[in-house]
Formats: sequence, C-alpha cells, structure tokens
Amino acid sequence: MSRVPFPEAARPALANPQLRRNLGHATRTIRAKRAGVVAELPDWEELREAGRALKERTLRHLDVYLEQLEAAVEAAGGHVHWARDADEANRIVAGLARDHGADEVVKVKSLASDEIELNEALAVAGVRAVETDLAELIIQLSDDRQSHILVPAIHRNRAEIRELFLRTLEVDELSDDPAELAEAARLHLRRAFLRARVGFSGANFGVAETGTVCVVESEGNGRMCTTLPPVLITLMGIEKVVPLWSDLEVFLQLLPRSSTGERMNPYTSLWTGVAEGDGPSEFHLVLLDNGRTDVLADEVGRQTLACIRCSACLNVCPVYARTGGHAYQSIYPGPIGAILTPQLAGLDEAGSLPYASSLCGACYEVCPVKIDIPQVLVHLRGKEVAARAASPARARLDPERAAMRSMAWVFADRTRYERAQKAARLGRRLDRLPGPLRGWTAARDLPTAPPQSFRDWWRAR
Amino acid sequence: MARAVSPTTRDEVLGRVRAALRSVPRDERPEDVAVERRYRRGHDLSRVELVELFCERVADYRATVRRVGSGAAIAAAVGQACAERGAERLVGPADLPPGWAPDGVELVPDHGVSHHDLDQMDGVLSGCALGIAETGTIALDGGARQGRRAISLLPDLHVCVVEEDQIVGGVPEAMARLEAAVRDEGRPITFVSGPSATSDIELDRVEGVHGPRDLVVLVAGLHGEQPSG
Repeated sequence: MSRVPFPEAARPALANPQLRRNLGHATRTIRAKRAGVVAELPDWEELREAGRALKERTLRHLDVYLEQLEAAVEAAGGHVHWARDADEANRIVAGLARDHGADEVVKVKSLASDEIELNEALAVAGVRAVETDLAELIIQLSDDRQSHILVPAIHRNRAEIRELFLRTLEVDELSDDPAELAEAARLHLRRAFLRARVGFSGANFGVAETGTVCVVESEGNGRMCTTLPPVLITLMGIEKVVPLWSDLEVFLQLLPRSSTGERMNPYTSLWTGVAEGDGPSEFHLVLLDNGRTDVLADEVGRQTLACIRCSACLNVCPVYARTGGHAYQSIYPGPIGAILTPQLAGLDEAGSLPYASSLCGACYEVCPVKIDIPQVLVHLRGKEVAARAASPARARLDPERAAMRSMAWVFADRTRYERAQKAARLGRRLDRLPGPLRGWTAARDLPTAPPQSFRDWWRAR
Repeated sequence: MARAVSPTTRDEVLGRVRAALRSVPRDERPEDVAVERRYRRGHDLSRVELVELFCERVADYRATVRRVGSGAAIAAAVGQACAERGAERLVGPADLPPGWAPDGVELVPDHGVSHHDLDQMDGVLSGCALGIAETGTIALDGGARQGRRAISLLPDLHVCVVEEDQIVGGVPEAMARLEAAVRDEGRPITFVSGPSATSDIELDRVEGVHGPRDLVVLVAGLHGEQPSG
C-alpha cells in the first residue's frame, strides 16, 4: 500500500460529521465499560506489571520459546511452518487449502492475515476466504477497510448495514434492528460453517510449554472455524508466544477487560495440536516474521511487540477520536499503529505516523502490558529526522533542518548569540515568523523575548 | 500430506531473532528476567459466597441462572428450561448421568452425531469442568459429562449443569485446575461466558450470532433449594 502523509489522509475524516459522531459514541461507550471492570479488580496494576514482565521475558528469549512451541505443537500432532514474510505465509496457506481441494476457507478475524493481505492472495489462488466475524463480514461485503482493531466497522451505522445486507445477502425483508441484522448474518454463515473443509484463524496466544493455541472472541464464529472443519490453519505472529500455560492466567484477565470492557469475553478456545474425536484431524501453525525481527532488534521499539491487540489505546486517543482509523492507512490504527506500522513497513513508507499524536500519554496509562507508546513515538521521530538528514537532497529543501542548522551556528559563538538576542528583543512585537517559517507560527504563538537577557542582567548587576 | 518444513526458512527466522537479540547478555536465562506475581492467585470467599458471586456474574451476561438441588431436582430444572423454550430434543455427551434426563424430552446421546444433525437439535445438555465465580465463566475440557466441542456449539440452546463444588474464585485457580487435562492429555478447553454475543453494530450488545444464543446454567448442590438469579 502506498501511503500519503497522515495529516493529508485525515482530512476526509475530519470533514465527515457522521463519522465523528459514530466514533465519539463508540469510543465513549467502550471507555466507560473498560473503566468499570478495571476498577473492580483490586490487583489490576499488579496484573499489568506481570503482563509487562512476562512479555519482556518472552521477547528477550524469543528464540528459545519459539523452538519450544514448535516442538510442543508437533508432539501434539500439529504441523509447524515458518514464514519470513507475507508472500511466504500466503503461499503456505494457499498451498494447504489447495492440497485439500478446498475452494473456500472459513475465517475468523485475524489482524495478521489482514497484514499480509491473505484474502487477496487466496483469491489469486482460486480460494475464497469467507470472513465470519460480523464486522469483518460487513467490511468484506462492502469492499471497505477496517477502521478499528476490535470493532472494524465502527464507522458504519445500522442503517448503512441494513442496506448492505439487503443488497448482498439473500434476504427480502430486514429492519435495522441489530438483533435482526445479526440473525441475517447467522443464517448466511451457518451454511458456510457446515460445508467448510478448511478453517482459518489467527492466534491471541501460543503457549511454548504445552503447544496450546488460544483464540478469544465473542460471537462463536471462532469456535466454529476452529472446531468444525477437518483441517485448521492458524497464522501466528512470532511475538504471540507466551512461556507457560499458567501465564495465561495473567493475559486472560488483562485482555477482555481492556478490550471489550467485559469481565470475560463470551468464548475462549484453547487447543493443543489435534484431539482424537474432537475437532480438526489436521492442524497447521504458521509462524510469521514479516518485519517483526526488525522491531525486535530496536531496543526501544522492541516493547511494541508486547501488544496483545486489545485496542484500549485507540479508545482513549484524542487523535483517533477525531480522525478514525482510515487515516492511519494500516490494519493497525491508533497509537499502537502509529508505532507498529512505521516499524513493520519502514519509516520511508509511514514516517508521518509517529507525529500523529499529541504525546498526551493516555495510551500508556491504559495499556494492559504497559507499552510506553509516547517513548517509542519520540524515539521513532528521532529516527525519522535522522533518516531525513541523511538524505542530502531532501535535507537542503527542509526548512526545519535549515532552521536547526542556523540555530546551531548562532549558538556556537558568544558574539553571534548575543547579537541574535538583541535582534530578538527589537523584534518583540513580531508574533508571526516570516517566509518559509510561517507554517510554524500559523498555529502557535511565538514566545516574546524578555526586555533584558540574563547575560545583560548579570553584567549590569 | 503436510508440507515439509523448509529448514532454511526456519533457520533463517530463528537466525534473525538471535541477531536481533545480540544485545541480550549471553549468559542471561529467561528466568533472570524478573516476573513478580503479586496479583491474587487465590480467594478467601466462603463456598456460599463463591456460589452467590458465580450466579450473579453469570446472570450479568444475560444468561439464565437457576439454583437447584441435586438428583431429581436437576432433571426437573432441565425439563422446565426446555418447556419454556419449546425444546423437545437435546443432544448430550454419552456419559451424562441418566438421572439428568427429564420426562417429555428426548435426550440423544452423542455417538458421533453428524454436524448437520447437531444443527437440527433443539439444544444440548452438558456438565462442565469448572465455573469461575469472578468472571461468571464456565470451562469445558472435554472431560466427564461434557463430550466433544461441536455438541455444545451448534445447537441454539445450551443447558449446563455446574456443581457447587466445581466453582473456583478466579482465573488463576481455573488455569491451575485445567493444567493437567492440557499437559497430560492435550484436551481442548473452551471458556463460555454468557451466550454468544456481538457488539459490532453501533456497540449494541446483541445476544447470539453463531454460538448458542440461549445459555441456561443450573447450579446444583445442597444449597440449591433457595432460588436465585
């Protein structure tokens, strides 16, 4: 995907009052629910700290845990595949589907699969991916893009969804009552679940010790996809591994409360390889790198990989509340997207995203695994400026860099510095900068220089 | 049938991971990264309090909760739940206690019922592995009185019997109890917290998309005589 700078991409959303209302309502609702169930736990901060520390332990020894996970899954009768990048992962999944003669795969919502654009790759291979999550179905049927990690169709209201279902599902009559809309989706998808030969899922957690894979969900489509088809393929980012079965006791408390604001999500599925007489007889786990090892190599950026995709940071972000998800031009929007996307796709591609924040810190406060998003944002801004500086053609034309250079020249010599101070005092009534620097003062007040500098005062004392 | 794992890809990904972690001291072991478990791993609630909390939290999900006695009282409650919903045919795991089956309801033991036939059932009757009070969760582990996952998934009504002494306080206690089934037998685990739901349309919670839309939890035990929930 070729990206335009964030401010440009945000413009259509900022001009759309309906979208702002949908987003405002949704994020306010989830924020209040989350706050309620978090306040209920006297040990929330201890859980957050344990979650953070467990992720740190895992990431610092990721190779050990990945090898353990592979061995445990294989011992339980599963098959493990490794994928360096999106193409490789897509080839593996499409190949497995074709090996089983499937022209259709039932799919439960998986961000990793959206990241690698699996559906498109499957289509090229002649395999239809059927999204079974209600919101994903809405997105797929309307050929739209997701705008929220947890509620991808957060930007669509019931009237829009009714119209879409009337047009695309085989129904004659339909009201805009959410229960009736959900019923239409249920009937449409039930047929797909019963005929599917291959199911596909992402993974919230993979336990190194036991080889257990975990998917949390609400609707039951995750249970359908991971239980009914004889073949199950799961795509998991390499950072999703957790060391021990008992470590799930931390994450299964942190995730639902942070995510949907529930004490527990309706359904959590945990399976270990294949179980005789219960569920799929064949299980494939695809472990995906796709840029994650680059993130791992950056000691400040590494904590980004601790993300458990709860989306709490989206719901508290003042920038997200106004721009919505599409402005981030990535499957990962909001504060976490502003640090994850530039690291996965490169600063060349998404260098404006670390600036899509006021650094207010609300995201860090709610993060269930204490990712210091502001710290990573500032770190990436530094890298972005350094990368720009290293490119001489762009540097010459860059007014910010030119200003910094002349400032360095002025600050380096006492006479020059004192003359500049005098000049600033003479121009004290100036509240707008001239020429190419105008942009800086368009939305900011220029601080007024004091009538006497500290140096003058010191001398005259 | 399975594609052979390409050793080059595997080794390359692991090689990249190791290269990325060059700054981690070589002699550092995973357990050297401190993980403080200062959160609660147990509860000091009495049995009565646990059961009450469990019932309250399950009901919060808009599931139906009934406290019943034991033996014949269970069958009567199952019968009542079915009658209220017009359910005539239930599937159940083959090892269900015969005493749980109510009069006037056909109970089909699962000896490999096909998915299509499960889809035609009015409901499922099962036990569970345990209940979690704090979150109102029922855990199924494929053990006694539970059967395979598909039977509690396809029918639209799930009647689940939870014995009072199966209720634990919080998630950590549940994970500890389930560990042996996973570690020793590789059994699949399902957590059920209320009926199937979605909030995908304007964040309105709607009961039931794909899983059972109707969850009836019968809490069975000696204290069951007083009704609750």
